[in-house]
Amino acid sequence: MSQLRIEHISKWFGRQQVLHDISFTFQPGQVNMIIGPSGCGKTVLLKCIVGLITPEAGRVFFGNVDFLQANPESRRMILQNLGMLFQSSALFDSMTVEENVAFPLRVFTQQSESEIRERVAYCLERVGLAGTQEKYPAQISGGMKRRVGLARAIALNPKYLFCDEPNSGLDPLTARRIDELIQELTEEFETTTVVVTHDLKSVVDMGQRILFLYEGRSEWQGDKTDMLRDPHALPANLRAFLEASGLMRDW
Amino acid sequence: MNLILKGFESFGLYILLLRRSFTGLLRFRLYWNLWTHESIQIGRDSLFLVAIISLFTGAVTTVQTAYQIVSPFIPKSTIGAIVSTSAILELAPTITSLVLAGRIGSNIASQIGSMRVSEQIDALEVMGINSATYLILPRLFGALIFFPILVIYACFIIHIGGIVAGALSGAVNPTQFVIGIRSFYEDFQIIFMLIKALTFGFIISTVSAYQGYYVRGGALEVGNASTRAVVISCLMILIADYVLAQLLL
Repeated sequence: MSQLRIEHISKWFGRQQVLHDISFTFQPGQVNMIIGPSGCGKTVLLKCIVGLITPEAGRVFFGNVDFLQANPESRRMILQNLGMLFQSSALFDSMTVEENVAFPLRVFTQQSESEIRERVAYCLERVGLAGTQEKYPAQISGGMKRRVGLARAIALNPKYLFCDEPNSGLDPLTARRIDELIQELTEEFETTTVVVTHDLKSVVDMGQRILFLYEGRSEWQGDKTDMLRDPHALPANLRAFLEASGLMRDW
Repeated sequence: MNLILKGFESFGLYILLLRRSFTGLLRFRLYWNLWTHESIQIGRDSLFLVAIISLFTGAVTTVQTAYQIVSPFIPKSTIGAIVSTSAILELAPTITSLVLAGRIGSNIASQIGSMRVSEQIDALEVMGINSATYLILPRLFGALIFFPILVIYACFIIHIGGIVAGALSGAVNPTQFVIGIRSFYEDFQIIFMLIKALTFGFIISTVSAYQGYYVRGGALEVGNASTRAVVISCLMILIADYVLAQLLL
């Protein structure tokens, strides 16, 4: 299983520092969650990890390779082992569902067209969307788009799976289905999964290791069981975050 | 002062984006589909618009040239010579490119801009695909191949428009018009026209791609980028037009 850790990540946008010296080790083969209120820097941190934003300081290790310092070839190798589900699904709207899922396979593998079609059918079936191959993203619902995004993310059997607010804007049933899928795929493919969310229901349902960010700082990190065992021992901001979600009422 | 600095910054980013769009090439077939799609959009889908504009440009130029030639000592064939030379040197490449800047430039900027705001470009990058190469190169080559073809086509239609308008208005008959075309024709004029077409095609495709690629925000910003792409492309075409004329004629 694949190790992922970040060390002393800091990021500025102009004069504003949005991430302050964040370090964390993500547990391989588990669902790791980056949580916190809106605007706390969760998505910026995720984008720093996958290389979409370059932090001013810090290091990101995929296995033993420092991703930020790696040469282009090593970076590409790492990226090919990485699947990402975007908040907006980020499906290519000029392509059908099948072409979207097949896209990474066509770019990075030598598979024949029949093998690619077979793999696409498997991935779509895995996310419960068998038979939607010919549809365009504009013809399917938001929840289906997320699932197609997941199918595309797992097409290459990634070692790392990143999800940015995977169930935001979805109805509760669809949101739960997406959470279940992420959990199932993490177990099936033994991926190191990182989920950014402010939905504590998702944290309770599938989170294992938690990183809580507040105003760009790492305020708390640990296992979900530790967080839920004794909320009163948690930092005030995390406690307030949990209280606001209504989860504290259950304890 | 700020505007000048911003201009330099934008130019630097534009050059860096161009450089980046020639690196990290992946499989040929990945770009082939995009190239054919772009070529259809630039080439086939512009034929009608270019034909209409060229036809009227040729007709108007002929009528106005005839109006200005009042001396009975100037042969009628001069009208054909003036219209033809103007068409080859200026009207076909410049008018066609200004029109295509509006049609194709806004299209490229809004397509790439929409991909940016809907995170599709991020998705490409996360997959390890150089998004600049993937998005810009097929459009650039589509433009470089089809702009000269469209300009030659426009030039031909301008001549047709000129001949028809000359005959209809009685200003010059087709035979005199063709004599005029032949009397002042030089091969270099065609080379000059093609150099202009290539330059303008390069400007439109890359400036528009740059405007779309660096969009930040949402639908409103995509619209603004699209407008900026057209305005800057037109401005750059006019500047390049003057520079090329000064250097090559």
